Amino acid sequence: MNVLLDNLPALLDGLWTTVWMTVVAGVGALILGVLVTAARVSPVPILRGLAFGYVQFFLNVPALALLVLFVFALPDVGLLMPLTTTAVVVLVIYEAAYVAEAVRSGINTVAMGQAEAARALGLTFVQSLRLVILPQALRAVVQPVGNVMIALVMNTSLAAAVGVVELTASANKVNLVHAQPIPIFVGAGLAYMALALVIGLSTGFVERRVAIFR
Amino acid sequence: MSGPSVLFDEPGPRGRRRIRVASIVTVVVLVAVVVLALRVFASHGQLDADRWRPFGQWPIWSYLLVGLRGTVQAAALVAVLGAAFGLVLALGRLSPVRPIRWLATAYIEIARTLPVLLLIYVTLFALPAYGLNLPLLWKLVLPLTVANAAAFAEIFRAGVLSMPRGQNEAALSLGMTRGQSMRLVVLPQALRAVAPSVVSQLVSLLKDTSLGYIVAFTELLYRAQVLAAYNHLLVQTYLVVTLVYLVCNLLLSGAAYRLQTFTRRRTAAPVVEKTP
Repeated sequence: MNVLLDNLPALLDGLWTTVWMTVVAGVGALILGVLVTAARVSPVPILRGLAFGYVQFFLNVPALALLVLFVFALPDVGLLMPLTTTAVVVLVIYEAAYVAEAVRSGINTVAMGQAEAARALGLTFVQSLRLVILPQALRAVVQPVGNVMIALVMNTSLAAAVGVVELTASANKVNLVHAQPIPIFVGAGLAYMALALVIGLSTGFVERRVAIFR
Repeated sequence: MSGPSVLFDEPGPRGRRRIRVASIVTVVVLVAVVVLALRVFASHGQLDADRWRPFGQWPIWSYLLVGLRGTVQAAALVAVLGAAFGLVLALGRLSPVRPIRWLATAYIEIARTLPVLLLIYVTLFALPAYGLNLPLLWKLVLPLTVANAAAFAEIFRAGVLSMPRGQNEAALSLGMTRGQSMRLVVLPQALRAVAPSVVSQLVSLLKDTSLGYIVAFTELLYRAQVLAAYNHLLVQTYLVVTLVYLVCNLLLSGAAYRLQTFTRRRTAAPVVEKTP
């Protein structure tokens, strides 16, 4: 137990990195994911195709392969960003595909009459999406998007594999020095479970607040 | 709502013009991005033919294919072990015996909120300290199985719960025991219903095997790393390997999609459920 207390600053630093990576990447993925979904249901065939290709690509490629590609290979073409920024960018574009899948399933739950009514009122595509469809679709997918966010917390740990010192990496470092794996890894595990719990509880809260009772 | 087409009318002349403009703008932006990317790549010499030529040669591919074999081997092991363990966990979570249900639930909930990489570090650095030094393959397969079993368990449980209660009740009223009803009536149908989700889980599991990169187990991404360290063609090697992952997973995803339409057709057969 002492080893946890003695190394609390290092571990908290790691936890903090995990948290802010999750928050920044989560917000980014939400925005990009909704935009991709909008493109995916748009009347412009090329945009639909592009969005479909985007989602299919990132659903079927390992996040770690992307991280390695962005962190180690892209500097060779002059794309050099700070390490953590690169990891966050990769997480944003990777998780956005999952958000897009979730939001699209939400759009599918919106009753057909809603879209027809919006059209009958003369709303344009963007208006009907922004004012009628998306508000209802997003309410329906709070839980699935919450699950994507929990997966995002898990995936931030992959950044440890390319050298970002977040929670997993700092736990590993402390363990390599002190060789007391049980308290250190259990502590890190509990922190991850707490993060997932916080996201789970807050999605539950948000879902209750925004749910539409019919 | 069935498709995207409900969101907009059959476009009139003005709508068609607007769509055409939007299409042209998209194409222009797309072409600009691609040209810019290619120019950046070219200006750093990444498009030179001799940087790509190795990937047209058999020795490089045979080297990478050995990695692919490792990926498939690890994925197959994790799939079989994870599905078997996941089935046990799902049945445990559905069990009427409280301690068993609690244990299974606790395992599933904990395993679902632990990053796989943390589990891998535990097997890499913690278990050897307690005298458990597994072979490389199992250092990858064990943590992945621990994590994926929970995912499989949730899939199976969802399948069992999605079965109409009448199935179980009918089996019990025929004099079957609970176990018989589960084994002979509910599970066969439930497993068929969740087949597409199982295949989707296989995609995610195959992506997880890329963590062999950390374990130094000979799978695709680790091989790529070794190859890139040798030939210094980082961009090309990692791009090619990413595409190999993409092709493998698209094949699996395609199978999942076909399975989904297949089962939907099967369940759409006229089995009329009469409610009293």
